[in-house]
Amino acid sequence: MAHEHKLEIFRGRWKFKSNTQKIWGVLAFLTFVTVIEVVLGIYKPEILMNTWISPLEGGFFATIGNIILSPFVYMKPLNLIFILLTIVKAYYITWDFMHMRDEVKALRRMVVWTGVFLICYLIFILLQEGGYVFEVYNADDALITRDF
Amino acid sequence: MDSTVSSTGTEGKIWGGGNKPLKASYGKMMMWFFIVSDALTFSGFLAAYGFSRFKFIKEWPIADEVFTHVPFLHGQELPMIYVAFMTFILIMSSVTMVLAVDAGHHMNKAKVTLYMFLTIIGGLIFVGSQAWEWATFIQGDYGAVQTKGGNILQFGEYVTVDGAEKFKRVSIDDFAVSIPDVREEHERKNGLWFREEASLPPYTVNEIFQGLEANPNILVRTQLINEEGQKTVLSREESLKQIKENGSLVVKGANLRVNEYGTSLFADFFFFITGFHGFHVFSGVVLNIIIFFNVVLGTYERRGSYEMVEKVGLYWHFVDLVWVFVFTFFYLV
Repeated sequence: MAHEHKLEIFRGRWKFKSNTQKIWGVLAFLTFVTVIEVVLGIYKPEILMNTWISPLEGGFFATIGNIILSPFVYMKPLNLIFILLTIVKAYYITWDFMHMRDEVKALRRMVVWTGVFLICYLIFILLQEGGYVFEVYNADDALITRDF
Repeated sequence: MDSTVSSTGTEGKIWGGGNKPLKASYGKMMMWFFIVSDALTFSGFLAAYGFSRFKFIKEWPIADEVFTHVPFLHGQELPMIYVAFMTFILIMSSVTMVLAVDAGHHMNKAKVTLYMFLTIIGGLIFVGSQAWEWATFIQGDYGAVQTKGGNILQFGEYVTVDGAEKFKRVSIDDFAVSIPDVREEHERKNGLWFREEASLPPYTVNEIFQGLEANPNILVRTQLINEEGQKTVLSREESLKQIKENGSLVVKGANLRVNEYGTSLFADFFFFITGFHGFHVFSGVVLNIIIFFNVVLGTYERRGSYEMVEKVGLYWHFVDLVWVFVFTFFYLV
């Protein structure tokens, strides 16, 4: 059981001869991703600093659209790239370093889906609430001032 | 006829028992369960950080201006470099860990020993780096004045670098005038013997104000982030007015009560989340050391399986995984 490893990553596009080689290959990939993050973080390209779509306006469907498209409407593209790259790194750490790739489907789903579902829910709730509290503090008719 | 049923007639069928549907050993599965629950704990912390950040989205400190130091390179502003190094160290120690697990599958004791040792060294370097990062953060850089409303006012001046005008921070030590202290620090020996107070700030607000008045080039910067994504710099009159009217406390460095870099929640979350992660790394190192000695003593050789290395490896990779997220949300985003 323990000796069987799946030796390909990127859906079979990159195959390795041994498990050790795969480990070094994954390290190279993770380092590459981290270097991209650091370079983007230091230089902050101007084009990625402003959102590409401004919030939709007018009625119920616009609001729904804003919620669905919120990563593009409210988030700087740079931050979106950072978060996506982080998830990519997390995937390869879990799949290749923690050997999730070699576990059965049921164990994989048990761990990943539980976590992903609960974490997405938690993030949605807390960020929504944080945005609301921001409105309470900063609306034109806010009852609370903090500018002193 | 038997009076009790000794056989259910399901032997060999899927519900007959004895199956291992997940094809993982008990220990490994329990480690996965622990990892899932610990992941939820960490995401709870990070989501709470997100909540506070969204609440103060217009005035949250800019990470690149807070974490600019690299050991041995004094006075240079190098954001990201040191944390990138720390991230690399942790990923590297993850690699040596997975190599140890792989060597364990081949029952190669010498290699497992070597890789476990390297993993421990990587973990120690990481914890040490984090301690240094904390010390730098606590000690502070430029100092600031906290207002009555709890906002932070920082100081700086416009300088021309390569033809472009740039706002450069100025340390309070460089311009504050020293007025002989009117307020003496309360110690056990000069006041009530059963009470003491925390040491007084390095300067009083009045000393800062006098210094600001004497240096016409110095301006005040508020926490508010403007359209260009930078902190707002006040005009000269407004600077003097803010310090005089609202200044209440001189702050140097950061702790759980005050934070010279911006809202104090930023420091609270920094200490709490990186501290909790550092505690995980530390306990991971302790576990690794225990396993290392077991490997050296040949415990797993005799047991015929190095699965213990694999289990502790899962934990170690998880710590690395968490750091990837902490890195993103504290230093990048």
